Amino acid sequence: MKKSNEPVIEVHDLTVSYDKKPVLWDVDFSIPQGVLCGILGPNGSGKSTLLKSIMGLLPSDSGFVKIFGNELKQVRRKVAYVPQRESVDWDFPASVLDVVLMGMYAQRPFYKRISKADKTWAMHCLEKVNMQDFHSRQIAQLSGGQQQRVFIARALAQNAELYLMDEPFAGVDATTEKSIMDLLEGMKADGKTIIVVHHDLQTVKNYFDYLVFMNTRLVSSGYTDDVFKQDILEETYGGQLSILSQVLNILKESEIGRKEHQKL
Amino acid sequence: MIISILIGISLLGLASGLVGSFTFLRKRALIGDSIAHSVFPGVAIGFLVSQSKDPVYLILGACLTGFLSIVLVDVIVRKSKLKTDTAIALVLSVFFGFGVLLFTYIQHAYQSVQTGLDKFLFGKAASMLESDLIWLGGISVFVILCVFLFYKEFLILSFDRNYAKTTGISVRKYEMLLSLLTILVIVVGIQIVGIVLMAALLVTPASSARFWTERLRSMLILSSIVAMVSGIAGVFISLSMEKMPTGPWIVICLSFFAIGSILFAPKRGLLSRILKRKRIQKQMLEDNILKTFYHLGEKKVTFLEPHSREELLDRRYFKSDALSKGLKFLIKEDFIIKNGKKYILTDLGLKRSKRIVKLHRLWEMYLSTKLKLKGDHVHDDADTIEHFITEELEAELERILDYPEEDPHQTKIPYA
Repeated sequence: MKKSNEPVIEVHDLTVSYDKKPVLWDVDFSIPQGVLCGILGPNGSGKSTLLKSIMGLLPSDSGFVKIFGNELKQVRRKVAYVPQRESVDWDFPASVLDVVLMGMYAQRPFYKRISKADKTWAMHCLEKVNMQDFHSRQIAQLSGGQQQRVFIARALAQNAELYLMDEPFAGVDATTEKSIMDLLEGMKADGKTIIVVHHDLQTVKNYFDYLVFMNTRLVSSGYTDDVFKQDILEETYGGQLSILSQVLNILKESEIGRKEHQKL
Repeated sequence: MIISILIGISLLGLASGLVGSFTFLRKRALIGDSIAHSVFPGVAIGFLVSQSKDPVYLILGACLTGFLSIVLVDVIVRKSKLKTDTAIALVLSVFFGFGVLLFTYIQHAYQSVQTGLDKFLFGKAASMLESDLIWLGGISVFVILCVFLFYKEFLILSFDRNYAKTTGISVRKYEMLLSLLTILVIVVGIQIVGIVLMAALLVTPASSARFWTERLRSMLILSSIVAMVSGIAGVFISLSMEKMPTGPWIVICLSFFAIGSILFAPKRGLLSRILKRKRIQKQMLEDNILKTFYHLGEKKVTFLEPHSREELLDRRYFKSDALSKGLKFLIKEDFIIKNGKKYILTDLGLKRSKRIVKLHRLWEMYLSTKLKLKGDHVHDDADTIEHFITEELEAELERILDYPEEDPHQTKIPYA
């Protein structure tokens, strides 16, 4: 079912570099509203970088990202991010509920304590990922799949319209993957847009209705039926274009990078 | 006067225990050391500019170079290919060296005035003036209030900085605030603790507290208490003895807490981990002996026949003294009975031996059917895993494998 044609995310000519070496190169695509979108590509193809860049965590050399037709700053409340599970040290003195409550911190002024109602809402979000029984558990004691679900619950607590998830299925057992997938389907049915960095090509056709293929550059994007094709897969996973990767390295050596000083 | 010094050190302890917890959780322990050393030239500059020992100027100067050092470490890490630890080492030594130069100059140039600036090196509570104490108390209270007000923000910043940023929390602002609080605590603390040892007051309480709790709130409280108690004890000792520096005594008290925590804390402490390992080793030994009884019984088709040490050793290798110890434990726990020179399983012992053999064989089945391992590759693995399978896993294994009759070697699996 194809919904309104106003894109939720518009990525325009985005170039992002680490240490002067571009890891995203003129990436340009948009994602329509209400889809469950998979971002696919081999290791090191810039999938996570793309999400971080959309969330404003990395400076871009050129290009821009619009979310709901606006700059991220103006629509932050509508966007929630689920980072990679390994991006934090789980040996931290906090309980599961503490972490989920973090999803609401930004919406509460600093002088305000967390209220009973906030806790009830956080518990509700934990129920959605089936972790309510673990609310007082120390996060260090969680399994990988449980940690992942806590992160998703934290994003749910933000009550956003658009969700960006970085490898939510990494290191997760099959049962958990299934239950997360059911949850995402349900969110989609509620009109939310969900973007997922994904690894497993086997499940792509069943999971996603929209796809973005990346390999430093954008290979292709579109509805799954239109783009999940042999030639696109080969182009995505067939290794980097050798001239492009040489140019990337030259840029790194040059100390100049690709910054164009154009701000929008 | 002594009362006001004690109040001062208590407030300082509270403040540094709180701020230090966040420094520790953000893995910035070394930054504290870097700041402490970098405020040294600032104190000298404050003195030179103002030509007085007025704490306002000394504090301002110290804040200035302290802040500069943080910025410098940050810039070095971002602009050069050096790593944080190198950048910290560089900044720390350069600033401290410069500070020593300035102090040497001051001591030569102002011989007539008793500058008393040397107390900044190792700290001297007795030399504190009333004006120093007012600053110390005031700034400590300010720091404590800030941590109280921005608890949420500091918490999310310490756990998941990037995520905090995506939710719209101005991460940089709070990072700056936290750095500022760290600098302030250090600047007012160095008069008592001294530059060289100030980092200890910041980091040791937090790292000791972490051993005892899994909750941030209780960690903050514990950390503050450790810092306060050490501070008070250190001040007391140094005041009661002539010409005693305060810093080293505070650090000795802190070390007492740190070593105590590393050794004796439940769960995370060394001792409890050693005890846990011992407990598991004992359990494994008992399991293995009981299993051997079962194997011997299996051959003879009756399990309630007595066996000698030699028979057990024939069937499975044990270290002689380990076997004696294990048998003793088993007798004490009513799993076996000694009968002359021989030993015989009790009902309890038979039950436990059956379970361990069952777990071993179930695990072998699991490996060979689910992981498709060859039959001759599964035994060693099962020999270890059998000791660790919980009751939930046991039930799950039985369910998944559907109570198989035999293991991959065609021996019968005993169910209770």
